[in-house]
Amino acid sequence: MASGARNDGRFEPWKAPGAEPYIRIDRVTKKFGDFMAVNDVSLKIYKKELFCLLGGSGCGKTTLLRMLAGFEEPTAGKIFIDGVDMAGIPPYERPVNMMFQSYALFPHMTVEQNVAFGLHQDKVPKSEIRQRVTEMLDMVKLGQFGKRKPHQLSGGQRQRVALARALVKRPKLLLLDEPLGALDKKLREHTQFELVNLQEQLGVTFVVVTHDQEEAMTLSTRIGVMNAGEIVQVGTPSEIYEYPNSKFVAEFIGSVNMFEGRLIEDEPGHVRIHCPDLDGNVYVDHGVSSPPGAVVFAAVRPEKIVLSRDKPASADNMAHGIVKEIAYMGDMSTYLVRLDSGKMARVTQPNTWRHADDRITWEEPVYLNWHPSSPVVVSE
Amino acid sequence: MTGRAESPTSQRLSTGVQLILRVLHHFAPHRWTHARLLKWGVTGRTLVIAVPYLWLLLFFLVPFIIVLKIAFSETQIAMPPYQPLVHWVGDKAVNLTLNFGNFLFLLEDNLYWKAFLNSLKVAGISTFFCLLIGYPMAYAIARADSTKRNVLLMMVILPFWTSFLLRVYAWIGILKNNGLINNFLLWTGVIDQPIVMLQTDFAIYVGIVYSYLPFMILPLYSNLEKMDLTLLEAAQDLGCGPFKAFMKITLPLSMPGILAGSMLVFIPAVGEFVIPTLLGGPESLMIGKVLWTEFFNNRDWPVASAVAIALLIFLVVPIVYFQRVQARETGGGVHR
Ligand SMILES: Nc1ncnc2c1ncn2[C@@H]1O[C@H](COP(=O)(O)OP(=O)(O)OP(=O)(O)O)[C@@H](O)[C@H]1O
Ligand SMILES: [Mg+2]
Repeated sequence: MASGARNDGRFEPWKAPGAEPYIRIDRVTKKFGDFMAVNDVSLKIYKKELFCLLGGSGCGKTTLLRMLAGFEEPTAGKIFIDGVDMAGIPPYERPVNMMFQSYALFPHMTVEQNVAFGLHQDKVPKSEIRQRVTEMLDMVKLGQFGKRKPHQLSGGQRQRVALARALVKRPKLLLLDEPLGALDKKLREHTQFELVNLQEQLGVTFVVVTHDQEEAMTLSTRIGVMNAGEIVQVGTPSEIYEYPNSKFVAEFIGSVNMFEGRLIEDEPGHVRIHCPDLDGNVYVDHGVSSPPGAVVFAAVRPEKIVLSRDKPASADNMAHGIVKEIAYMGDMSTYLVRLDSGKMARVTQPNTWRHADDRITWEEPVYLNWHPSSPVVVSE
Repeated sequence: MTGRAESPTSQRLSTGVQLILRVLHHFAPHRWTHARLLKWGVTGRTLVIAVPYLWLLLFFLVPFIIVLKIAFSETQIAMPPYQPLVHWVGDKAVNLTLNFGNFLFLLEDNLYWKAFLNSLKVAGISTFFCLLIGYPMAYAIARADSTKRNVLLMMVILPFWTSFLLRVYAWIGILKNNGLINNFLLWTGVIDQPIVMLQTDFAIYVGIVYSYLPFMILPLYSNLEKMDLTLLEAAQDLGCGPFKAFMKITLPLSMPGILAGSMLVFIPAVGEFVIPTLLGGPESLMIGKVLWTEFFNNRDWPVASAVAIALLIFLVVPIVYFQRVQARETGGGVHR
């Protein structure tokens, strides 16, 4: 998992004291009839961010985006863009452009006409329109497709027309709804980097909706994880990955081993959790906020577990089991280990050596152990 | 949409159906027939296409040939009132007489030209008004929520359940000098003389627009209803107000519907006979009426047939040409 690809401590406007957010979503709720599509969401998004809204299908991502674009009015709450309250401002008067999940290209217009459409509405002079359209089409590598109609393009080309059409207006804020949904994996990865490059080059603020966590990880400066209409966590990709604040987030992002247990020792410097599934207790070298006796989950990422044949020195943070499955993935291997309690644990180990004759293999008894800083304690 | 619970009876029924299906599947009479038909070069596809073709052949082409035949014959006072094209000379020889006189007669007498042009004018203006009234109605129905939509569509189709003739007669009652409108206006005191509406061109327009409106609304509705509404959102997102978005997106995309509706109104309106006869004045000159007069009053079947053939040619040839051009321009239809 490439985590925090875009965040190496340089661009963090959300940490700057007194920084004005570009978008402020203030306790926004959207109901369709009795159904809560978006439930009391508050968010601050800063200029030049690439903010990802990540969540499963039907969790309200598109609805939130449509409220930013002005196609839906919030049932309650307020949205500010660049300090202006957006209540009652129609989509065509917002400084926002949107790239639709279905692209929504105009079928009766050529690629050029599609891209030029927004500029015509702004009464940009003809010569400038021609120049900007050409520039934009070259940028998305569709220079020679200008005269085609959308139905004569492939899915990936259509997606780039949609992107060009939204970007040519040089909006301050671009909303993208599953921009890479229709692309195959290879083109997708390629386009992800193109998207990031374009965004940095143009200095536009992007809000991207996706349900693909890998995509969110590689693209974004920050991620807002949504579940059932609510924002459950906001943070940089590495924060979300390393410090999930709930069982939902820990399980949604990447894979994780979840050990249920009870808090038996709760000191400011460390905690100890008794997990029936493990041989020893889980010892965590930082405090948590749950009360003693509470039912909690210790979440341990597969790559943070070490496999060994010898019994580890410490009696904590360890378990014994038998290797049931090995998946070789080139750069690393994933081991499925059945613990003595019957629970399956997932462990990934880097394949450092090319010829490792004494590699741990199928049906071999092994010990699992991990460092006290590795587990994250979350509650339901 | 939730799956509906099945009652025991329907379950028993469905097991029965399944049994029959299994038997059919085992003995497969369809497969046998299919193989036999394939041997003769008949596939399911040709069969499906053949049925409408057969229908057209029987009920369009055959009558058309009969009319064409009459158009080339000469009148006689007999039954039928025209001479046969083909008659036997002696035992073996056949004599074919083609009479172009009927068509030449149409050119000589400018009554026919005038009637034809006037029909085009009336049909054109009526089509325009049908479009003007029908488009907003079709638009409103297509954008109404789905529960109301069916009711509204029903109301458009409902008049067809009454006889066309009765509906035209009803308009006589509405338009005549002591009819509904005049009586109402006299009663309110807006006028003190009844306005003459019946037996005018105005009445013809009212009648045609009223009668043919559904033929405009239905194709327009089916076009507008199919439209992807996110296109309008995209237009708004790019800076278009709602009206401009309509002009630039909805209107051009509904062009096929406009054309289909206009054809469905224009073509029958050109040959319309009942409405000008009942609602129009005696001097209203329309080709349908001329045809009627030739056929029934003058009993000149050949000339009446020639009028019908000429009408067909003048209408069909430009329309076919027009559709060809259009198909070429759109490159075989708009795909999404
Ligand atoms: N116009 C509407 N009327 C009623 N319910 C709606 C409407 N639009 C969305 N919903 C409901 O609101 C919820 C959130 O929808 P939304 O489109 O925001 O999901 P999403 O997170 O974008 O999902 P996906 O990843 O599948 O696109 C869904 O349960 C959906 O059924
Ligand atoms: Mg969506």
